[in-house]
Amino acid sequence: MELAFTPRQRAFRAEVRAWLADNVPRTPLASYDTREGFEQHREWERRLFDARLSMVMWPEALGGRGCDLIEWLIFEEEYYASGAPLRVNQNGQLLLGPTLMEFGTEAQKQRFLPRMASSEDMWAQGWSEPNAGSDMAAITSKAIREGDHYVLNGQKTWSTRAIYADWLFGLFRSDPASSRHHGLSFLTVPLDSPGVTIRPIRALNGKEAFAEIFFDDVRVPVENRIGDEGKGWHVAMATAGFERGLLLRSPGRFQHTTRRLVALYQAHREVADRDPAIRDAVCESWMGAEAYALSAYHTVGRLAKGARIGDEASTNKIVWSELDLKMHETAMRILGARGELVAEAPEAEDGASWLEGFLFAQAGPIYAGTNEIQRNIIAERMLGLPKS
Amino acid sequence: MDFTFTDDQLAFREAVSRFLMTEAAPEMLREIWDTDVGRSPDLRHKIAEQGLTALSVPESLGGLGMDDVAWSLMTQELGYYAIPDSLADTAYVAAGLIAALPETVAKREERLCAIADGSIRIAVGHPVNPFVADAQPADLLLLAHGDEVHAVPRALVDVIANPSVDHSRRLGRVVWEPNSATRVAAGEAGRALWAATLERGVLSAAGQLLGLAQRMLDLSVDYTAQRKQFGKPIGSFQAVKHHLADVATRIEFAKPVLYRAAHALAHGEAGVAVRVSHAKLACGEAAWLAARHGIQVHGAMGYTWEVDLQMFMKRAWALDASWGDRGFHKTRVAGFVLGDAAALGPGRTFEE
Ligand SMILES: Cc1cc2nc3c(=O)[nH]c(=O)nc-3n(C[C@H](O)[C@H](O)[C@H](O)COP(=O)(O)OP(=O)(O)OC[C@H]3O[C@@H](n4cnc5c(N)ncnc54)[C@H](O)[C@@H]3O)c2cc1C
Repeated sequence: MELAFTPRQRAFRAEVRAWLADNVPRTPLASYDTREGFEQHREWERRLFDARLSMVMWPEALGGRGCDLIEWLIFEEEYYASGAPLRVNQNGQLLLGPTLMEFGTEAQKQRFLPRMASSEDMWAQGWSEPNAGSDMAAITSKAIREGDHYVLNGQKTWSTRAIYADWLFGLFRSDPASSRHHGLSFLTVPLDSPGVTIRPIRALNGKEAFAEIFFDDVRVPVENRIGDEGKGWHVAMATAGFERGLLLRSPGRFQHTTRRLVALYQAHREVADRDPAIRDAVCESWMGAEAYALSAYHTVGRLAKGARIGDEASTNKIVWSELDLKMHETAMRILGARGELVAEAPEAEDGASWLEGFLFAQAGPIYAGTNEIQRNIIAERMLGLPKS
Repeated sequence: MDFTFTDDQLAFREAVSRFLMTEAAPEMLREIWDTDVGRSPDLRHKIAEQGLTALSVPESLGGLGMDDVAWSLMTQELGYYAIPDSLADTAYVAAGLIAALPETVAKREERLCAIADGSIRIAVGHPVNPFVADAQPADLLLLAHGDEVHAVPRALVDVIANPSVDHSRRLGRVVWEPNSATRVAAGEAGRALWAATLERGVLSAAGQLLGLAQRMLDLSVDYTAQRKQFGKPIGSFQAVKHHLADVATRIEFAKPVLYRAAHALAHGEAGVAVRVSHAKLACGEAAWLAARHGIQVHGAMGYTWEVDLQMFMKRAWALDASWGDRGFHKTRVAGFVLGDAAALGPGRTFEE
């Protein structure tokens, strides 16, 4: 155990901190769940990319810096501490990116990864269907091979920010006679392809944060397939693993929220202290975020020594989503009767950022595999209990 | 930056685990529960033979010179097997205090050597604990009189037994008269010794609680995979699975908190009290959840004397409020988090 950062790690932290201090927009960008905000975030991503700070752990040839995971954690800490805009292209960068690195051909990597890092291409995910949510193997959208193309028919849903995005990746049934996990292929689809119809769905916050997507004889070239035909489930599971694991929610995010929560509590202490449970919850939030960070460093250290993230990654998903919920619930209790005020309300606290966060926190235990599904995975794969 | 254990540390833990698996089986735990003294000289002898009593003793005195980080693995094993012996009190908590005394203090070396070879049992009477664990069978007691530290032979104190729900915890109210002959430290030095002893005692309890949690989880997984109802193992029912998944998650996220605290203590970091209290709270909560969900998934079996689970639950219930109850530890955490000088936010997990 050696808990000091190396000079190189410190220098990297200092560089990132300085760059962010000079470059983070002073006025917050509009919500990335709106067209205007989405494009503002795209621009911001471009600046990050130009400074080679978009995907720090990617190889230099792909626009990154070849950082290891410790450096990635450092980057994330500085990123959240600086109050920089949330990342808008994470579904591509953190979920599809690693999948391409593992399963993509050289040509696919060159074609997709740099433009993904720079957010010239924004990516939406297409797993869920109306009848395939938690039970993703029930996918029925088809991709039938015709020569050097697949012809897509069917429907995806809940696709985050798909109305603004450029590309979609997801699973389609390429063998119409197959069922469940078999006969699925992992495809990338340009969202401006003829036959694609995208209908926005308003989310809890009233914004068009996700969408349903209809495919009507959409033609996709065979070279857009990632991995082998019919082996898409295997490819997708690797992606789901990355998502549940560390990358999607780095600890800095929650440590930053904790700091804001403590400040909020201090500012409203006189009122908040009428309910002693609030003070307790504030301290527990600090402990929860700190435990999450410690766990990340411990895991990253083990990975560096050759371990693999196993099924214990499912515990991560539960912990961060419930922590996020708890922190925002606590903030709402501190705000009391003003908690309900939306951004336009003249007396809203901090632009209603806590309310926005509270609404989004409701989704944490649902997306990226519901927490019930994660508990099933923990019980069956980590603890070895019999299948239902 | 490397927040992991060395292969040597992990191999050592593995060896301890194998040793305790055979030497501290639940049957022997039960036997010892029923004895008057609650301690087995034979077990202590074997523990000493393995060198476990010598872990903290400096190498120059025949010990292994291990630090708090190594103990954070060791105490988990002691908890996992709920050993009916106060090994950590003598070999970790008391050894640390005695080793920290100035070399001029009489009998310092002699006592450390006796700890190393397993010939002495020492009870620690820290003021945070109303009762002294193992006061009755101890050879020597470390007791507080204000800031003073006294090393008092057993013959000079009276012990009024206060039996615990955990039969292998032998608690006593100690009645004694301080005198200058037993005093080994006073004033500022004494205060510092008691402060460091507190952190070591808390971490020892925290590590044991985490080990207990893991044991109760393992027992529950085994039981629910075997026991059938409605024609299926009850472990295939989701309500049961989710109870145990929650315990596994709690344990997973308490471990690194314990390790961080152990490192802070070993390196004398300024924030040690907060890290240690965080560890105690996290490990205590994991253990209590493991007990609650453990008994629930055992059904009525879990409520019996017969089934081993009870011994681990009782140790967990008892240790949770030892070395400071939750209020004590929450107050220390709150003092930091809500204090003016708190360094909060990303990037403060390792550097102050
Ligand atoms: C904000 C947000 C963004 C999203 N973004 C995307 C996206 O970009 N792309 C995409 O493809 N999808 C996306 N999703 C969809 C998400 O993946 C699904 O909502 C999720 O997989 C659950 O599916 P469902 O909504 O159909 O719920 P259901 O599967 O119908 O589940 C409803 C309830 O039943 C429970 N349940 C179901 N099966 C079981 C079981 N076996 N055991 C125990 N409980 C069970 C669930 O846990 C849940 O509580 C997003 C969702 C949200 C909320």
